[in-house]
Amino acid sequence: MSNTQKYALGIDVGSTTVKTVVLDEQGTMLSHCYQRHLSRVRETVTEQVEALQKQFPDAEFSVCMTGSAGLGLAQSAGIPFVQEVHAAFLAVKHDYENADVVIELGGEDAKIIFLTGGVEQRMNGSCAGGTGAFIDQMATLLGITADELDALSLKAEKRYPIASRCGVFAKSDIQPLLNQGARREDIAASIFQAVVDQTVSGLAQGRQIEGTVLFLGGPLSFLQGLREAFVRTLKLDDEHAIFPEKAPVFVAYGCAMFAKQSEEAQPLAEVLAKLASAKTGGNTVTSEPLFASRKAYEEFVARHKSHDLPFADLHTAKGDAYLGIDAGSTTTKLVLITENGELLYQYYAANRGQPLDRIVKHLTSIYNQMSPDLHIRGAAVTGYGEDFIRAGLGIDYGIVETVAHFKAASYFCPDVDFIMDIGGQDIKCFKIRNHSIDSIMLNEACSSGCGSFIQSFAQALGYEIAEFSQLGLFAEHPVDLGSRCTVFMNSSVKQAQKDGATVEDISAGLSSSIIKNAVYKVIRAKSMEELGENIVVQGGTFLNDAVLRSFEMELGRPVIRPSISGLMGAFGAALYAKEHRPEQTKLITPEKLAEFTYKSTNAKCGGCTAHCALNIVHFPDGGKFVSGNRCERGAGKSTEHTMPSIYDYKYQRILECEKKPQGTPIGKVGLPLALSFYEQMPFWTTVFTKLGFEVEISRESDRDVYYQGQHTIPSDTVCYPAKLAHGHVEDLLEKGVDFIFWPCMSYNVDEGENDNHYNCPVVAYYPELLKANNPRLTEENFRLPYMDLNRPKSVTAALKACLKGYSLQCSPSDAVAAAYVAQEQYRKDVAAKAQEIIAQAREQGKKIIVLAGRPYHIDKEINHGLHKLITSLGMAVVSEDSVAALGHLTDKLGVLNQWTYHARLYRAAQYVTTQPDMQLVQLVSFGCGIDAVTTDEVRTILERNGKLYTQLKIDEINNLGAAKIRLRSLVAAMEE
Amino acid sequence: MSAKFTPEMKKTHTILVPDMLPVHFQLLINIMAPYGYRCELLRTASRAVVDEGLKNVHNDTCYPALLVIGQFMEALKSGRYNPDTTALLITQTGGGCRASNYIHLLRKALESQFPQVPVISMNVSGLEKDPTCGFQLTAPILLKFLYAVLYGDLLMMIANQCRPYELQKGATEKVLQHWQRKLDQAFKTSEYMHTKKLYRQILDDFAAIPRTKRNKIRVGIVGEIYVKYSPLANNHLEDYLLSEGCEPVIPSLLEFVMYCAVSTAVDGKLYHFFDSSVLKNGLGYELIYKMQKTQIEVVKKHGVFDPPHDFEVLRARADKYINQGVSMGEGWLITAEMAALAESGTENIICTQPFGCLPNHIVAKGMMRVIKDAYPNANIVAIDYDPGATRVNQENRVKLMLANARKPGDL
Repeated sequence: MSNTQKYALGIDVGSTTVKTVVLDEQGTMLSHCYQRHLSRVRETVTEQVEALQKQFPDAEFSVCMTGSAGLGLAQSAGIPFVQEVHAAFLAVKHDYENADVVIELGGEDAKIIFLTGGVEQRMNGSCAGGTGAFIDQMATLLGITADELDALSLKAEKRYPIASRCGVFAKSDIQPLLNQGARREDIAASIFQAVVDQTVSGLAQGRQIEGTVLFLGGPLSFLQGLREAFVRTLKLDDEHAIFPEKAPVFVAYGCAMFAKQSEEAQPLAEVLAKLASAKTGGNTVTSEPLFASRKAYEEFVARHKSHDLPFADLHTAKGDAYLGIDAGSTTTKLVLITENGELLYQYYAANRGQPLDRIVKHLTSIYNQMSPDLHIRGAAVTGYGEDFIRAGLGIDYGIVETVAHFKAASYFCPDVDFIMDIGGQDIKCFKIRNHSIDSIMLNEACSSGCGSFIQSFAQALGYEIAEFSQLGLFAEHPVDLGSRCTVFMNSSVKQAQKDGATVEDISAGLSSSIIKNAVYKVIRAKSMEELGENIVVQGGTFLNDAVLRSFEMELGRPVIRPSISGLMGAFGAALYAKEHRPEQTKLITPEKLAEFTYKSTNAKCGGCTAHCALNIVHFPDGGKFVSGNRCERGAGKSTEHTMPSIYDYKYQRILECEKKPQGTPIGKVGLPLALSFYEQMPFWTTVFTKLGFEVEISRESDRDVYYQGQHTIPSDTVCYPAKLAHGHVEDLLEKGVDFIFWPCMSYNVDEGENDNHYNCPVVAYYPELLKANNPRLTEENFRLPYMDLNRPKSVTAALKACLKGYSLQCSPSDAVAAAYVAQEQYRKDVAAKAQEIIAQAREQGKKIIVLAGRPYHIDKEINHGLHKLITSLGMAVVSEDSVAALGHLTDKLGVLNQWTYHARLYRAAQYVTTQPDMQLVQLVSFGCGIDAVTTDEVRTILERNGKLYTQLKIDEINNLGAAKIRLRSLVAAMEE
Repeated sequence: MSAKFTPEMKKTHTILVPDMLPVHFQLLINIMAPYGYRCELLRTASRAVVDEGLKNVHNDTCYPALLVIGQFMEALKSGRYNPDTTALLITQTGGGCRASNYIHLLRKALESQFPQVPVISMNVSGLEKDPTCGFQLTAPILLKFLYAVLYGDLLMMIANQCRPYELQKGATEKVLQHWQRKLDQAFKTSEYMHTKKLYRQILDDFAAIPRTKRNKIRVGIVGEIYVKYSPLANNHLEDYLLSEGCEPVIPSLLEFVMYCAVSTAVDGKLYHFFDSSVLKNGLGYELIYKMQKTQIEVVKKHGVFDPPHDFEVLRARADKYINQGVSMGEGWLITAEMAALAESGTENIICTQPFGCLPNHIVAKGMMRVIKDAYPNANIVAIDYDPGATRVNQENRVKLMLANARKPGDL
């Protein structure tokens, strides 16, 4: 027996940090360390081990490694590895015997361990939303550190709903709030709330988080606001919410405990040798370097220099000038041009959440510098913050971004037929046909491949963005990171790092991923040739030469990048102001600007039952700007002239179905206001009231309904309409009904002209999932008979079996017969209403939009009031089901037309092609796999016949910014 | 409209077939040869396959479609095949799942680039019926296919029970290769009909492989059919499990065939109809079930290896948790397989699916809670596959499941 000390060393290599813990033989913690590794994984581990070697020169260690980035290193270094959740599990069992649940948030991982009632460990899968990296990203967006974010959050007055599933969506929720002047304190708290929601819904997946909860990991130990959000949401008291002192290194602690079980011990020198000899490199796929030589790069730079704009001096220029502002999502751009298009003033910078302040500052600077003989004759603004800036500064025109960009691109390339704009937060692509915008492609569901993504990465790796992108130019083996969403990209980068890719290679790889994303994900071009002949690229991200070069490489030929690439929106706005020169500009005068201030407050709109959360910015002249409202009502505008929408009609019609039987009820049945019931409510209310039941319909959907059922959702990638169903079931259980009725139906009604008439798998069988995941549901209180509405006999028989024991007031077959009549009446009413709306619109010379989705898209929590947005733009709205019967497919479809709801889309699209004053807008719920099939087909039908295709993707996100751009572009295109 | 496979093309064209199950599909394409079809299995697994998939299909489409179409497009562009003398074969299961649309997505992808390449739909549900098509699944071919599935299942299952324990590395693979060749020959005569005899010989040959005691952690793999079986789709999950010291347990392909066959009868009963399709499928099911029973009995009697699940037992398992009316995608079968595995001692289960798979929301992730309630030791992990999910992430999740399987004391 040697007399050297034997210690245990646990090394936890996370996605962003390295943690080490040393234990002695009694299990006492002798040393611990927590350090960001900035993706220098092996180096950081080595540094820490070297430090320990100095601290304990004579000891021998049993060593073990853990953590998401530790697996590869452990394997190649031949160091034992333990799964990180398992390591945490050991430590928890040792230190906190009475804990029921452990929640651990790390850099890119989130984990939950249920300890009582069957040990179960879960970690985030493909989705890294709601983790430390997410918080970092959000802090970056606000231009502050995570600690500052935390401090802000403690002063919050309200919380905004922010999509919690994925950082990408959260960003697109936060950005408009920032632009519209919401308080940063409130946003900070909302971000933490989103993290909590993600953990509760995404990770717990159907299991309640209750009892004593232990919180681990860096973010939860350092961020007070996050801790409070968890404690408040989970309704824990001090006794049941434990934040261990060791939290940041807790997993390393467990890992050390695991190591302690091992007999083997070695001096640290040996460990260091193993680390040094660890092979790196492996599975990572690499691609061609961006530039073969310096010379190639210089030629490239010279070529792009040719698209420069002439300058004029602001101090000396005379005559007329035009102001253009682009209030983008993360950046604010401003230009002042002369009558001849010369550049007098330019500004491009991150808005840090305060776009108005920036613009005021630079407008002031223009006024101070410009020569007395120069006169601003007009001003236009575009971008996310358009409404707000316009209201505040008296800008003459607000134009939609697509129009602004097209104007600017045509200036440089009159024959342009394709524009690709990659900004901080969005990708916008337009195809130009016949000198007008033909189709628009935006990134809504995914912001991967945008500037802000590279920026976050640069910062995570400890670089400034300019320096970081420069690094990639001469990388020898750029990493192929694929083309997927930011979250997935994070793990791809992690893997590349694990395999030993350099920062240079990663930088170049990210540039190439942006392009692949834009081309194959957003535009979904099959080949580069599809894009067009004359391509103009713009947006701040293309100022990055590595990105520009990647695009040219993928395309195989050069493109035009104007030197003012980042200012194109503002330039286009200025050109617009020049073309549409107002008689007298309303732009704020220098005098008024000097005393300009504003403040923002919150309110709840009382205009209708939607109760939108409003943000009101008050301007000094008494004017105010309201945002957050779905319709014009909240903005205090008159609603007299808005056009009708069949969505309102259908929704009311469903709610008003008869619920009382004649005579004394024989029982009370609950029908959920969800999925197929949004169409079949007339049928089922008729059946049950005829049979003598009183019908209780679950309450109207809102965010709370979602929260109410959130804990019973087993699959976080299912569509939002399905997720809401969980809350409706809970609501009916609360209301106290005898039983909830929800039939399973493989088939929907056969409406003809199709290959088959299925329901989608989710609509068909969702009751099975509800029954299996809501512990309150039993055979008795939840009845889900199988039936086929095309076969009345099957409906009658299923009902008989299902309602055994009740003394029904009439025979099921009579009730069913009456129900078919009622359903047919509903169909006829909807079709007639559509004709009435169409006639009314035509009388007033207004355009008509077929807003094509599914029956359940009339749910206002699902459609987020999109139809109101359309009517507020002066167009009438009808639905796919109300006009489908009028369409007849003349050409054979390129897909198997086998779902009833989706068959309507094709027929409605065909009908639209026969009506000159109609366009179709397709509503797509995120996660609807079937729409991956239908959207392309609907587009084909429309475009083949010269119609525009517009798609609006919707989720729990309730911000309408992107939808508004699309719809306004559609309006602009229709007017051309 | 894309090109049609004419009878003349049998002479000129090579038919490319995407590989899903290496053992089974090799048998299947060799059966086709004597009937004049020159088939070739596509085993390409390069990154280009995924890239072509991303370029050619809607990126939200399920991963199997993306891979299969990517594999085809990669092959056509590779120069290895002349597009003028190449045809593509793709299976079409029918039913309310997106999978029935793969063939259309493939045709769309071909339209602008390889319009001359004909696409053949292989299905037994009467989709795309065309008597003038040069490719016809005749009764004799179908019958041989059925036998091939039975043999393929037996080989796959027994090999899985041997491989983790073989004393000499590669011994199992050698026996497997031997039988693969021998069965190819058997299908050229009527020898393949002598199932009992061949089963016994197969069992004996595998049993003769020197092995250690069968004591490793068994891990069942269930899920969407393509991802479950195809190493390309699941990042070589079987190999990974072997390297982690586990025994992979993979349910048979016949279960899926029987699941399809029985669903018409189930629908008939649920929705109150009876027609020729109910009758035909009912009879077909009876026949196949009898064949399965024979195989199970031989394996049981032989006594060395675990037999496949009896399909009627699977149906009974399903009934406890989910209605057999859930028949889109792999439907109730996934639930039943999870239950049957847990019950027969394979408590660790990996449920594989393409990211966002619609039926699996219900039958897989949606049923885990009730399965765990019924089998408290069940240790189930759901893993999503898509072009962006990295291996490290998937392996981490498997590791976590294994850490759970190995209970703290075992370590």
